[in-house]
Amino acid sequence: MGYVAIKGGGRAIRGAEAALDALRTAEGEAGTPLTLAAIEQQLRLLTSRVVSEGGLYHPRLAALAIKQMQGDTLEAAFALRAYRSTKPRLLEAPLQDTNRMRLIRRISSAFKDIPGGQMLGPTYDYALRLMRLDLADESPEAFRRVSRRFMDEMPDSDLPDTFPKVVDALRAEGLLPPVAAQPQEAFDITRDPLVFPVPRSAALATMARAETGSLLAIAYSNMRGYGDVHPTIAELRVGYLPVMLPHPVTGELIEAGEVLMTECEVVAMYERDDHDGPPVFTLGYGACFGHNEVKAISMAILDRALQKGMRDGPSNPSEDPEFVLLHVDGVDSMGFANHYKMPHYVTFQSDMDRLRTTQSQSGVEQKGVEA
Amino acid sequence: MNPGYELPQDEAGYSFGFLDEFAKREIRRTLLKAISIPGYQTPYASREMPMGRGFGTGGLQLTLSLIGPGDTLKVIDQGADDSVNAVNLRHFVELTCPGVDTTERTHEATLIQSRHRIPERALTEQQVLVLQVPYPDPLVIVEPSEARRKVMHGEGDYSRLLTKLYEDIVQFDEITISHRYPTRINGHYVIDPSPIPRYDVPRLHQSRALVLLGAGREKKIYAVPPYTDAMPLVFDDVPFRIEDFRDGQGHRRACSRCGATDSFLDEMIADDGSKTWQCSDSDYCNETLATRTAQIEVTA
Repeated sequence: MGYVAIKGGGRAIRGAEAALDALRTAEGEAGTPLTLAAIEQQLRLLTSRVVSEGGLYHPRLAALAIKQMQGDTLEAAFALRAYRSTKPRLLEAPLQDTNRMRLIRRISSAFKDIPGGQMLGPTYDYALRLMRLDLADESPEAFRRVSRRFMDEMPDSDLPDTFPKVVDALRAEGLLPPVAAQPQEAFDITRDPLVFPVPRSAALATMARAETGSLLAIAYSNMRGYGDVHPTIAELRVGYLPVMLPHPVTGELIEAGEVLMTECEVVAMYERDDHDGPPVFTLGYGACFGHNEVKAISMAILDRALQKGMRDGPSNPSEDPEFVLLHVDGVDSMGFANHYKMPHYVTFQSDMDRLRTTQSQSGVEQKGVEA
Repeated sequence: MNPGYELPQDEAGYSFGFLDEFAKREIRRTLLKAISIPGYQTPYASREMPMGRGFGTGGLQLTLSLIGPGDTLKVIDQGADDSVNAVNLRHFVELTCPGVDTTERTHEATLIQSRHRIPERALTEQQVLVLQVPYPDPLVIVEPSEARRKVMHGEGDYSRLLTKLYEDIVQFDEITISHRYPTRINGHYVIDPSPIPRYDVPRLHQSRALVLLGAGREKKIYAVPPYTDAMPLVFDDVPFRIEDFRDGQGHRRACSRCGATDSFLDEMIADDGSKTWQCSDSDYCNETLATRTAQIEVTA
């Protein structure tokens, strides 16, 4: 027997790396490596998830992470986050105006007709989930033809570049609370720890990079009855947001690039105003990098639930800021779940000591053979 | 998406210690506060590291913020330098901190990062011990809300913890907390000393070395400064008890490899079902074995 079972740790780690890489290339001679562009485009929703949960808008690096982590979204988002730790924060971006998004999709479930019109865009919402067997053995020619034909057959359209927001129309009618005149400084969750109570901006930032499934599960608990948000989607939009940053010399705002993002605004039932104003609908806001509608909707519902919890005290888990915000981060939760696989010999020895002592207190005889 | 998003040119071009300099400065400032208020869980904006949350990212951030050329680092997990996780962390530091030496000898190290153990050999004023922490708050076993726990700590209200210990005695005639034993620092804050066994808790008391505790996932740093009181929470009439390594006849078990009878032992089950015990601290075991071998040679 070796000195301890874990002797040779370094060799074992190198072996694990080699085994992982062997499985990645297990197609053997017939295999072709995935290109990053293929991952970025053909697995666009996966890339979306990773840029959003990784909290770093870099689709190409996200594609690399997906390739390296063999498609594990938690691991890929984690790799992006770790990369982010090596980068300093250069400046605080000013507020970005999502009115200026170049949209590929926008819908409202509140009104049949909205200013600018409904635009279904790329969505699986009304697709029949039947297996498309023609994709199983797709030829490169057929693959290339699809995109070419779509562009060729695109009618000339007079669609504007930007669309007004539905909530602005509601606000103009006095159905929503007015926008605060002086926007509060945003809480930066990458530079300040969450010490409760936290401002709403800290909650929004935490949820914006939360793990999709975790957000969905807690939001779903609210939808089903552990809560009472009953939201209506005023507007869900997906598109490219021009990112405006101050010019390093002149300070003038210039467009530094654009990010694909999903934004959702839900309207919920009205409440009595604390300051004796007229009753108005309440709003929940969700937004994330990439195209990820389930995440944006879940976040909007939770934002509304948390606002209620912050004001009246939580009556459900989804209204409790500590419960929601400390349990939705994928990097934290997956890391901790995985850490149980590490050696716990010492603590378990200590556990056995307590159990044996307690057993012998109650007269149980110790079994086991000694060498 | 946007073809403008290029990959970084040099994947190895990380700064010394991986973290950007602002992050390291923030951690050092947090450390000063943690040392100034012994046992206080100081919040900080913990960074993501390239290893899993729960694998020692809190300890690692402390190590990386403190380490510099001229330092000698020892990393152990379960007392052993060769445990997979210790190997991994040490390798990462070697990769990102050129000019730093690493060692497996406790007495050679200036900085020791450890998970679940405090080395057997007494540490000195010249050494800093960094412990990896999964749960920074001892009150979590009686109160899930962090906001409420913060108030309890501020008021020094540990009555619910003491009630838990009392209930243990009523039910089992024993305090059942095996590791992570609640320990009062400098007469006020009670800390979770990380999952060290009870065997190691007395080593915190009036320690010559600075002991730093880092919880990366929970984003807290706290400290037991040198020569500070660290007392396990007990009752006047129920003494604190460490792990019992006596056999059925009441003899202290010895390490089956080096023969030491004064170390924390790992219990091992052989293929035939029989049990043996060995030192958990690999450096201590090696040293004891070397001394014994030398003695045998002298006698022979």
